[in-house]
Amino acid sequence: MKPPPFGYAAPSSLEEALAVLAELGHDAKVLAGGQSLIPLLSMRLTAPHTLVDINRIPGLADISVTADGSVVVGALVRHAELLADESARSAHPLLRRATGQVAHPAIRNRGTTCGSVAHADPSGEMTAILAITGGSVQVASAGGGHRDVSAADFFLGPLESSLRPDELALSVRFGAPGERTGSAFLELSRRRGDYAMCGAAVLVTLDEDAAVSDVRAAYLSVGPVPEVHDLSAAVAGQPYASADWVAAGALAASLVEPEGDLHASADYRRRLVAVLTERALPRAAADAVARTQRAASCH
Amino acid sequence: MSLTEEQFTVSLSVNGTTRPVTVPARRLLSDAIRHDLELTGTHVGCEHGVCGACTVLLDGAPVRSCLMFAVQAEGHEITTVEGLADADGRLHPVQEAFRDCHGLQCGFCTPGFLTTIAAALEEYEPGARISEEEAREIVGGNLCRCTGYQNIVKAVGRAQEIRTERAAHTTDDAATPADR
Ligand SMILES: Cc1cc2nc3c(=O)[nH]c(=O)nc-3n(C[C@H](O)[C@H](O)[C@H](O)COP(=O)(O)OP(=O)(O)OC[C@H]3O[C@@H](n4cnc5c(N)ncnc54)[C@H](O)[C@@H]3O)c2cc1C
Ligand code: FES
Ligand code: FES
Repeated sequence: MKPPPFGYAAPSSLEEALAVLAELGHDAKVLAGGQSLIPLLSMRLTAPHTLVDINRIPGLADISVTADGSVVVGALVRHAELLADESARSAHPLLRRATGQVAHPAIRNRGTTCGSVAHADPSGEMTAILAITGGSVQVASAGGGHRDVSAADFFLGPLESSLRPDELALSVRFGAPGERTGSAFLELSRRRGDYAMCGAAVLVTLDEDAAVSDVRAAYLSVGPVPEVHDLSAAVAGQPYASADWVAAGALAASLVEPEGDLHASADYRRRLVAVLTERALPRAAADAVARTQRAASCH
Repeated sequence: MSLTEEQFTVSLSVNGTTRPVTVPARRLLSDAIRHDLELTGTHVGCEHGVCGACTVLLDGAPVRSCLMFAVQAEGHEITTVEGLADADGRLHPVQEAFRDCHGLQCGFCTPGFLTTIAAALEEYEPGARISEEEAREIVGGNLCRCTGYQNIVKAVGRAQEIRTERAAHTTDDAATPADR
């Protein structure tokens, strides 16, 4: 199907874009990579009055790693560019693993990481990674307006964020994994590159004696927003090599309330939460050990 | 389509030729290529990014032409399936490989596979081997309802062999123009 008619603005500066958004408010919609918005237009699920194409605005395509190891991704960075960026890859293995699972290469060449977050799809990998790393979205509006919205305050519901109609997301910041913390990312989809039926991003922190101290997990496709669950209670204090990861998986399954759809029933999704959690956690723990050893050998 | 819709004149650079088209903002790049430029090699299946039939190269990288507007393509170099062969008609290695391996049946999906694979081959030096796993990853975003994929996967490996053969040939005979 074809998109409905719309007005089209392609501002060549940020100020101009923000001015158009301020003027049009609810009538405008930002067009970034178009990999979610154009299908919605073609299926006639949305009909904005005007699209504000941000692709010609300079200065929005930077990737940077901050002193504390967070990765900041500008609004026009494509998934493929983030995946290929050496500094981001080494600073943030969890982000790298998850980005590699977003759609197919041809979609990743065009779709933006920031747009994925702005789209607020709880089936998207980037929303879960932003949530579990305690990341944030840097937002601008006309007249110098600027705010930094934490992931917890950003996602309101499926495809619903706290971005106001006159606002543009300038960048997203994925928080750095802490010390002695390892990560893992696993998902299951019907075909490779499809949206996951369920996915798990996990962080495991060990104490100085290699016992588990903190376990957190965020899931894809199991709730209206990317939820972060604390699973520490099931395994805290246990040596990582013999920790009861199955119990942590069971705890996770008891905390989520997935819904069923065409792709997977609610019960199956809950089962996947348990299985992916119990598989991902030992990997994250091993990753924590490896990172700690690497950090020690650097001193 | 309403005649009152605002029209935009865009220079589209496709397969090395730049031509102006006048289109409404909502004209998909796939439709501009097929209807305005009459290059019907690019096929349209699902029109929402899933099937891959409409894949073209944007500055050398595969993208879905159904997920871009023609007005966004100005200033970019587009390659469609018509642009893969050499000017003298010699087929691109991936085209020759599809013929060798029987990589197509009805041919509907083929242009999308050819452009996708052609771009992926550029990431390998001639002589390097592409594993079956890698070949499957390369074509994983394209759907085919006929072949069952086996011969398409084989064609990826064969295309790389042909590139290698041609590269060896060019070094033998420095007078031949460099391989694409
Ligand atoms: C076949 C297919 C498979 C896919 N599979 C996956 C998958 O497995 N996982 C996954 O996560 N995604 C998947 N996607 C979606 C893809 O990741 C998109 O790139 C992403 O969801 C949106 O990014 P975009 O830049 O294309 O945004 P657009 O489509 O341009 O915009 C999406 C929404 O975000 C808003 N927006 C975008 N950027 C900004 C900004 N800077 N400021 C304010 N608002 C903004 C737009 O107004 C719009 O509402 C898939 C897409 C397709 C077509
Ligand atoms: S027609 Fe574009 S992906 Fe199917
Ligand atoms: S050959 Fe018929 S769809 Fe692929």
